[in-house]
Amino acid sequence: MGRKLLLEKAHVEGIRTYDVYRREGGYRSVEKALKTMSPDAIVEEVKKSGLRGRGGAGFPAGMKWSFIAKPEGVPRHLVCNADESEPGTFKDRYLMEFIPHLLIEGLIVSSFALGSNDTYIYIRGEYAWIVDILEQAITEAKNNGWLGKNILGSGFDCNIHVQRGAGAYICGEETALIESLEGKRGNPRIKPPFPAIKGLWGRPTVVNNVETLAAVVPIINEGGEEYAKIGVGKSTGTKLISACGNINKPGVYEIDMTISVEEFIYSDEYCGGIANGKRLKACIPGGSSVPILPANLLLKTAKGETRYMNYESLSDGGFATGSMMGSGGFIVFDEDQCVVKNTYTLARFYRHESCGQCSPCREGTGWMEKILWNIETGKGKSSDIDLLWDIQRRIEGNTICPLGDAAAWPVAAAIRHFRDEFEWHVANPQESQLRNFGLAHYADDIHVPATV
Amino acid sequence: MKFNEQQMAEFNRLVARYPEGKQKSALLPVLHLAQDSFGGWLSSETMDYVAELLQIQPIEVYEVATFYSMYNLKPVGKYVFEVCQTGPCMISGSDDIIGYIKEKLGINVGETTTDGMFTLKTVECLGACGYAPMMQMGKFYREHLTKEKVDAIINECQKNAAINN
Repeated sequence: MGRKLLLEKAHVEGIRTYDVYRREGGYRSVEKALKTMSPDAIVEEVKKSGLRGRGGAGFPAGMKWSFIAKPEGVPRHLVCNADESEPGTFKDRYLMEFIPHLLIEGLIVSSFALGSNDTYIYIRGEYAWIVDILEQAITEAKNNGWLGKNILGSGFDCNIHVQRGAGAYICGEETALIESLEGKRGNPRIKPPFPAIKGLWGRPTVVNNVETLAAVVPIINEGGEEYAKIGVGKSTGTKLISACGNINKPGVYEIDMTISVEEFIYSDEYCGGIANGKRLKACIPGGSSVPILPANLLLKTAKGETRYMNYESLSDGGFATGSMMGSGGFIVFDEDQCVVKNTYTLARFYRHESCGQCSPCREGTGWMEKILWNIETGKGKSSDIDLLWDIQRRIEGNTICPLGDAAAWPVAAAIRHFRDEFEWHVANPQESQLRNFGLAHYADDIHVPATV
Repeated sequence: MKFNEQQMAEFNRLVARYPEGKQKSALLPVLHLAQDSFGGWLSSETMDYVAELLQIQPIEVYEVATFYSMYNLKPVGKYVFEVCQTGPCMISGSDDIIGYIKEKLGINVGETTTDGMFTLKTVECLGACGYAPMMQMGKFYREHLTKEKVDAIINECQKNAAINN
């Protein structure tokens, strides 16, 4: 059983309410921070913790905080990114739904550290019922003196507002999120200037993921150094993984980043093995945009070493033979799943979500979707596979924001590792409509136990 | 077309969250409020009203309303089924669920039943991948969908509609 810092209390009855949350030790970090620490000392503690952004990019959170500009007389803002939209990812939803006060607590401490008197939670529009849960938690926190004016006599004022989006994956990109928060289309901005200099309404702004801000609570309570002792290397602390697909126990799990991928998939403590006694074919370990890996490269690196659930190990081998931790959206495919069809649905997703600003992304995503649809429905040509490769290569790195890369990577990885499955579709247009390619050799040379 | 007193109070609460002169920031939540208040969709009349309230140009409202997928730009049924079809839901059987709803309601994706009761839409990932297949209906998610569950949801909607009429 690994350490749990975020979800330890998530199952305590009534934890969604202030009274129970407080009784269980909630809001201690606010007391400690506002009464005994300076804002800079909090930033230092977060730096020491090694906490990396949990939204997907994995950028060190303390360093991001230290970039915020402090021009005199200009308000600064903290914005919590709750626009969780990366396919396979539903961890922030879980945290906000079941233990909302943890996020509010983390936001108060972080707002104090950054000097944000008005902090915004930008939540995806579809999570409509969670808006009510958060607003209820905010009201309770305010009624108990944790928000509002002169909190705990510290002289620090803070209000938290919940802003609901309206359906746009791109608003998870921080500058698109800021645009959206300003009441505009979610078109990412050209950087620089970075939000830390010029963000919301042109003011210095820090945008952090829900899980990142919640993690500030244990960091302040236990100290950055203690937090950094959990995990391994530069993967410190705990990480929420949302597991889905063809597994026995889909759900949100908190891991301490020292367990192996194999344990995560097959242990009853986590995914509980592949559903219906089938075998593992492939996995997208960090949300739809990170490379899909065949079973053999998922469980072991190209060097034959055990692969672990952490930032370094999941990306071991680069994109040639590795993947990424990303957002922690862990999508498992059994032997009956079709990689071509899955890649098609992801290409369709990115075409749908492209904001349309940059031509490589706007045109390329639609082009990839059409070609993949043709291959999937038995109308593909063998030259289509190379064409797909060519298109994705021309999107990657040529757009204002990372959505272009996010759209290119799944297509590239699918062709890289499953090219024979694409070729089989093209060569067998009729048969491919009747059955799936199956497991083939992806599970060779490794121990892949069948689970019942 | 005007917000009633209660809706106006909500409008004022939303606008008060932003600094003075930055009331445009309230546009997304105000459009949600307008859509909920005026029949589940945004007519150009509704959008013009929102522009007037927020003291911005109508085009600023149109460009936002057409960007985000949750705003309906044409009338929809009383109950809108928004079924997720992205990767994780697809590998968990969303195609079958979409097919079953089509058959059961006798409509295609994007259509509304002739009695104006149901609209079927397919949507991209809603962040419920572990509880697939799923759909959004109004404010809430309906998860772990099966054909039986779909039947029960349709019955529930019809019952609720009969009570409200």
